Amino acid sequence: MYDVVIIGAGVVGGMIARKMAEYKLKICILEKDSDVAMGATKANSAIVHGGFDAKAGSLKALLNKRGSDMMEDICRELGVRYRRNGSLVLGYSDEDKKTLEGIMENGIKNGIEGLEIIGRERIKELEPNISDSVEWALYASTGAIVCPYGLAEAAIGNAMDNGVELKLNHSVRKIKKLENKFEICVDNEKSILAKTVINAAGIYSDEVAGMAGDTSFDVHPRKGEYILLDREAGDVVSHTLFTVPTKMGKGILVSPTVHGNLILGPTAVDGEDKENRKTEREGFDKIIAESARMVKNIPLNLTITSFCGLRSVGSTGDFIINMPMRGFVNVAGIESPGLSASPAIAEYVVELLENNGFKFAKRDDFNPYRESVEKFSEMTEEEKNQLIKKDPSYGKIVCRCENVTEGEILKAIRTNPKATTLDGVKRRTRAQMGRCQGGFCSPYIMELISKELGIPIEKVKKSSNEAYILSGRTKEDVHNA
Amino acid sequence: MRNVDLVIIGGGPAGMCAAVSAYNAGVENILILERDSHLGGILQQCIHNGFGLHRYKEELTGPEYAFRCEAELRKLPVEVQCNTMVTDISPEKMITAMSSERGIEKIGAKAIILAMGCRERSKGALNIPGTRPSGIFSAGTAQKYVNMMGYMPGKNVVILGSGDIGLIMARRMTLEGARVHAVCEVMPYSGGLARNIQQCLNDFDIPLYLSHTVTEIHGEHRIEGVTISEVDEKMKPIQGTERFIECDTLLLSVGLIPENELSRSAGLNLDSVTKGCFVDQNRETEIEGVFACGNVLHVHDLADFVSEEGEIAGESAALYIRNELKKSMHVPVVTDGKIRYSVPQIVTDNTKNIRLYYRAGAVFSDVKVNVLADGVVVNSVKKKKLVPGEMQYIELKANSVSENTAEIKVCIDKE
Amino acid sequence: MKKNLTCIVCPLGCLLEVEQEGNEVVSVEGNGCKRGRDYAVTECTNPQRVITTTVRTQDGYIIPVKTDKAIPKSMIFECMRDINSLCPDGQNGYTVGDILCRNILGTDANVVVCADVRKV
Repeated sequence: MYDVVIIGAGVVGGMIARKMAEYKLKICILEKDSDVAMGATKANSAIVHGGFDAKAGSLKALLNKRGSDMMEDICRELGVRYRRNGSLVLGYSDEDKKTLEGIMENGIKNGIEGLEIIGRERIKELEPNISDSVEWALYASTGAIVCPYGLAEAAIGNAMDNGVELKLNHSVRKIKKLENKFEICVDNEKSILAKTVINAAGIYSDEVAGMAGDTSFDVHPRKGEYILLDREAGDVVSHTLFTVPTKMGKGILVSPTVHGNLILGPTAVDGEDKENRKTEREGFDKIIAESARMVKNIPLNLTITSFCGLRSVGSTGDFIINMPMRGFVNVAGIESPGLSASPAIAEYVVELLENNGFKFAKRDDFNPYRESVEKFSEMTEEEKNQLIKKDPSYGKIVCRCENVTEGEILKAIRTNPKATTLDGVKRRTRAQMGRCQGGFCSPYIMELISKELGIPIEKVKKSSNEAYILSGRTKEDVHNA
Repeated sequence: MRNVDLVIIGGGPAGMCAAVSAYNAGVENILILERDSHLGGILQQCIHNGFGLHRYKEELTGPEYAFRCEAELRKLPVEVQCNTMVTDISPEKMITAMSSERGIEKIGAKAIILAMGCRERSKGALNIPGTRPSGIFSAGTAQKYVNMMGYMPGKNVVILGSGDIGLIMARRMTLEGARVHAVCEVMPYSGGLARNIQQCLNDFDIPLYLSHTVTEIHGEHRIEGVTISEVDEKMKPIQGTERFIECDTLLLSVGLIPENELSRSAGLNLDSVTKGCFVDQNRETEIEGVFACGNVLHVHDLADFVSEEGEIAGESAALYIRNELKKSMHVPVVTDGKIRYSVPQIVTDNTKNIRLYYRAGAVFSDVKVNVLADGVVVNSVKKKKLVPGEMQYIELKANSVSENTAEIKVCIDKE
Repeated sequence: MKKNLTCIVCPLGCLLEVEQEGNEVVSVEGNGCKRGRDYAVTECTNPQRVITTTVRTQDGYIIPVKTDKAIPKSMIFECMRDINSLCPDGQNGYTVGDILCRNILGTDANVVVCADVRKV
């Protein structure tokens, strides 16, 4: 029996796992997909929000500020890329200026420092490519960017290094409340017993709560489409640029990413289908039109990919973090600023349990540090040469676009949480994420995965089990006959 | 740090032929840096025939062509270092290279020849709406799986783009037992060679849909089908023309882009049309002693022309190292738009005939291609047909221009 | 009867106009060279193609091969089947020009190796 079972291996579940790994607890994460960070965590704006726009007094406002304050240190411990690049909310008229002043006031109530309304001249200094129609901006010096799936992977990897178990491809089907414990039924395996269940199932968190008998909230998916540009376009802007927000969210943003790409998006389309991650022409058109209003001459010809994420929009309008029955904690409706708040959400969950009489004893051997798979790319030339001498696989560049070495790819396949698919390697190392989108390197990465996992190459998948890459060998019919 | 007279980056046909000609022109200390484990570049996976008709007067397959280039090279004491990736070139011609064997090393060169080749345009740039399943490959990646590794990417195939690699793969997949349901080309004409339409598509009754594109990708995990639509003159999909085609594989053959990341790191500007460096008739770039040739300079359709360009660059590098490269003028070569581009883009000496390579921007029939020097026709060639898929050249004859010439223009006139 | 063909002899891809009387080609126009004319005649009477493909060796190498002559177009798939079933065991690797199969299907064409493969 586990002390704690966390359902969902996104950034929220991962952060909670890592936080709880500080205590003497037997913990397991259940994830329905074939890898961690496969839901909203893998497809969002990758922003650590300043925390000025969540409604003062809300849980979102409280946890955004706390999370944003914690983020830099956590990223350092976990070896995750983070950059405090500051953000600008753009206004086009005096009316927008009033709205910006309102947001600033709200931000001050939230305890956010470093907020300032600036005029066109300052904006132009900060962002030379800003569009001519921008008149005002709310500048937030605390705004930052981070790699969201990198953060989730690192948090889960670090939790695993500290003893947490991760079970992938484990979809939860039923939850039975027994006396002082829960029985969790999963696909194709014996049911799992847990004293405490943390429901961090993202878009499915309402259904998971329902299995335990809590039907007090709903979650619906809100589609967000993005366009990602090559690193060559990464310096078009240096801050994260928003427009004045609407009811549907913070609108389209234009931002650099921590890896130097340029990201445009998201759209916001409410839906019902929790698996519909289709991008649409109208979405692209909207992103292109809105971002052109913000920034001049975005080099769209440098687009390397487009994708769609689903945010979990809760029915209460705020984060839903509660304990509807003893030992069962909901962490639901974690839409924006969920990534920013995630470290604070983890602390909040522990506090919630402790305030309700759960007693956890701290371990004295918890190791908060994790070495990044990307560490090689951040080394000096001398350090790299020493490592290549020790391990020649670091001298072999596999992904030419992002300069990823065989050593880094092997490390991603060998360290927690282990990459087993092409997409898994991509998210951990950036190999296949550049201009050629894996055209040159994916066959080679397939060979590496095949060799490391001891499986035939045609069994290597893109992501899920059904997402095969190769249908078989050539001449199979005559050679097997 | 090592010092070498001539470093050639890339061991495909351009690099190999450049090395041979540089050696024959007197450079003794030559180093080829190749990122792959073998010489030959992309030719190794181009197992189809059609190579070498100009150069060897017979029809060879890609590997045979590469074998011949390599055989010529291996007779000479040229140093070849495979499995080595160049990560940076400084404007002072200092090269940073990385390999398992030697780690990160600095190599100083008197002259450098850029011969890194090109890559395929990826799906990203197309922004096709829909899902992101597996089963979408660039044609060249599929070619590697089938021809080098012996694996099939799938069995029911749609191909987007009618570039030569796409056409070649349509036949190749068919021969290996797959069904190719359609080739869609967004333009009203094919981007590939006419012979490949015949022998790769028509021979196997594979339909080619011109002015058509893929407008949606279907399938959660593995691709399950595509929607194709006809497009108007502005290449916008026409509503009501959508058609669903079931498939488990989508191959993309939507163009090639020179791989000039290193050129940029050296501070070289790129031509917005060719996506390669600006060069003169010696294939010398804007940095003295740095030359470019082959597909990194502009995308060729024939390996034969790649080799020829490598030879020009190799010989020029030799002259440069001996300080004998002639430069008596600086005359830009421009085009009229109907001709999309011409290489070289600059003429710095005209004591010899110079071939101006060009590509048409659309299909033209029964036209004259003229070379003008400040508006005066200095050469003119009749062309029955010009298509964007076929690179052509026209001679700028010796002494056609002088240091007083302001501009050379390659243009199309009605006959 | 007049017929239009695209010449596949070289990359120029000349458009050929062929006039046929019964099975006999009486005139060819549009060809840029003599080989174009020859092509037009064969294409109208007995179309032929060179096959380029790969062979899987006994120890799992994939090597490029071709027929060293064109074979009748109608025999392409039959010929592919035979080439696919080849499973050579070159003890010392393979060299360009090595013959893996002589006179395949009685076409007078040999299946030859197109690349040097040295076993490691």
